[in-house]
Amino acid sequence: MNDPATGTDRRYDWYRSMVRIRLFEEKVQELFMTGQIEGTTHLCQGQEAVSVGAIAAMREGDVQTNTYRGHGEALALGMASETAFAELMGRSTGGSGGVGGSMHLIDFSKGNIGANAIVGAGLPIAVGAAVAFQMQRKPNVALSFFGDGATNIGTFHEALNMAAIWKAPVVFIITNNLYGEYSPLRATTPLDDLARRADPYGMPGIIVDGQDIEAVHAATSEAAERARRGEGPSLLEMKTYRYRGHSRSDPAKYRPEGELDRWKARDPIELLGKVIIADGLIGPNDPLEIRNEMQADIDAAAERAASAPFPTLEETRPYVYAD
Amino acid sequence: MSTQTEAAGAVEGAASATPAEMTYRDAINAALDDALAADDAVLLMGEDVTADGGVFKTNAGLVEKYGTERIRNTPICENGFLGVALGMSLVGMRPIVEIMFADFLPTAGDAIVNQLPKYRYMSGGQTAVPVTIRSICGATGRFGTQHSATGESWFMHLPGLRVVTASSPGSAYSLLRAAIDDPNPVLFFEHKGLYGRKGLVNRDEIAELGRAAVLRPGSDVTIVATLLMVERALAAAEQLAAEGIDAEVIDLRWLRPLDLPAVRSSVDKTGRLVVVEEQVHAAGWGATIVSELTIDGVRWASAPRRLSLPDDLPIPYTPPLEDQVLPAVEGIVAAARASLGR
Repeated sequence: MNDPATGTDRRYDWYRSMVRIRLFEEKVQELFMTGQIEGTTHLCQGQEAVSVGAIAAMREGDVQTNTYRGHGEALALGMASETAFAELMGRSTGGSGGVGGSMHLIDFSKGNIGANAIVGAGLPIAVGAAVAFQMQRKPNVALSFFGDGATNIGTFHEALNMAAIWKAPVVFIITNNLYGEYSPLRATTPLDDLARRADPYGMPGIIVDGQDIEAVHAATSEAAERARRGEGPSLLEMKTYRYRGHSRSDPAKYRPEGELDRWKARDPIELLGKVIIADGLIGPNDPLEIRNEMQADIDAAAERAASAPFPTLEETRPYVYAD
Repeated sequence: MSTQTEAAGAVEGAASATPAEMTYRDAINAALDDALAADDAVLLMGEDVTADGGVFKTNAGLVEKYGTERIRNTPICENGFLGVALGMSLVGMRPIVEIMFADFLPTAGDAIVNQLPKYRYMSGGQTAVPVTIRSICGATGRFGTQHSATGESWFMHLPGLRVVTASSPGSAYSLLRAAIDDPNPVLFFEHKGLYGRKGLVNRDEIAELGRAAVLRPGSDVTIVATLLMVERALAAAEQLAAEGIDAEVIDLRWLRPLDLPAVRSSVDKTGRLVVVEEQVHAAGWGATIVSELTIDGVRWASAPRRLSLPDDLPIPYTPPLEDQVLPAVEGIVAAARASLGR
């Protein structure tokens, strides 16, 4: 898993990236409790391997769309913790100048062309970017992250259909965390394996262990390279789990007893940690040290973010129309 | 009817080409052709846009000239392909999307309400969204209840969107070029009852954003209209002139931004207003003009009048009734007379 550019083992960076996302989300919870972040938020603890592993398959010029549960992707793409916290706190130093909030961590300079609060809306946008790359004769691909719940909305089917007929270089990534908002998958969907929804659109549908970052990365890389070769889109189903409820106001009481613990026993950060310790990439005590070091960074980033000013309405007016 | 020279909004310093007479349909075609020729990033997409020149023949010759990548047929899925257009616009393309009937716009409600107009804003201004939606609209075609709406005021409430209507060949050309050039999402309405109308088109003219056009100056009463209603307003003004009533006719053109100053300055002169709308009056541009001018302290010489579709009836198929529900020249004349107490 060596980085072709630097020769270093990328799994170390992946590990740190997942830890940063975990600590960021935990800090967000804390900041909600103290009132420094308002509104709502949708946390992604447990799903870090999907964000980090898939995004590691992106190359220069590639883009992705994600969702209101998109902190993981935004951070994996390299958004600074301070910028992300500032956005959640509504400060002018946030990625969207504070007007976007938790559901819209967006950074065009890093290929993050959208975090959407409407279920399913990001898929056609990714198809559009992919078709544009085709027209521009660029070797780029678009990834689209969305949840299991989105596979029941029209735009999912419309997007897969268009991507298939145009052989668009796009990789559709279902983060199947088993719940669409408060509803278990099988209450709303007649399938366990959503990858089967690729079949009617004539594209590969691949089931992936979403807790195993190496599996996520391998599957996404293969689909992305296939798309780059002009062979069209793929649908990847990442089997994963969110540790928290749907949103801030959801205690997730609908989950069967023991389910959360079973998934935590396959925590994506711990799984990769064990592998890279066994491979001698880090020492047995390093996970704790890394966590402590990154916790200090996260705390400092949140503190700096909180000291930034709120934007004025005048500052935000130019965001409405481009000149 | 629509042969008046429309100087308002002419691009300063543009080379003066000789205006040519052409149909409204051909003016749309010319605007598409010129925009496609001027910029490789421009493309046209929609349902059956390549099929024999498009369903309303506005796209004749384009696929032969620009190919099936840039003149792109889509499946029947308005919300999906408007999302695709949005995605294209984020990475350097300038898509024009044809919506075969304006009645299908609500199918793409999320794209039009939540995505296109808000996308730049919620990113904190990181991107432009140069998407033009060509919406083919309006009654008189005997298309029935679900294929005859103008829909022109349905999406007036959306900061981030622009909304524009074309009433003549000349304005169809210059406004469509302006819409395509704009770096923001623009909902462009073209009326299918006007495709055969002829008028002068200046292919060097790109309309000015947000400017209404005074098509006929007058001092007694202001008549404001859009789309097909503009020619009826002009015909009414001719009749009124024969009776010694001097009507000013304004083609409103842009509904967002709404050119309230143009209407205000006309009403300051006449004190009287008739709005003529091919839509239900409530919550539309006509109601907005009356309310904004009233709030703004206009001194009405008599109560504003309105002609519009019935508030309580969908548009019927049967030809006599379709004709009956639309504002007609006689009704406009009567409303103008009444505003003068005659």
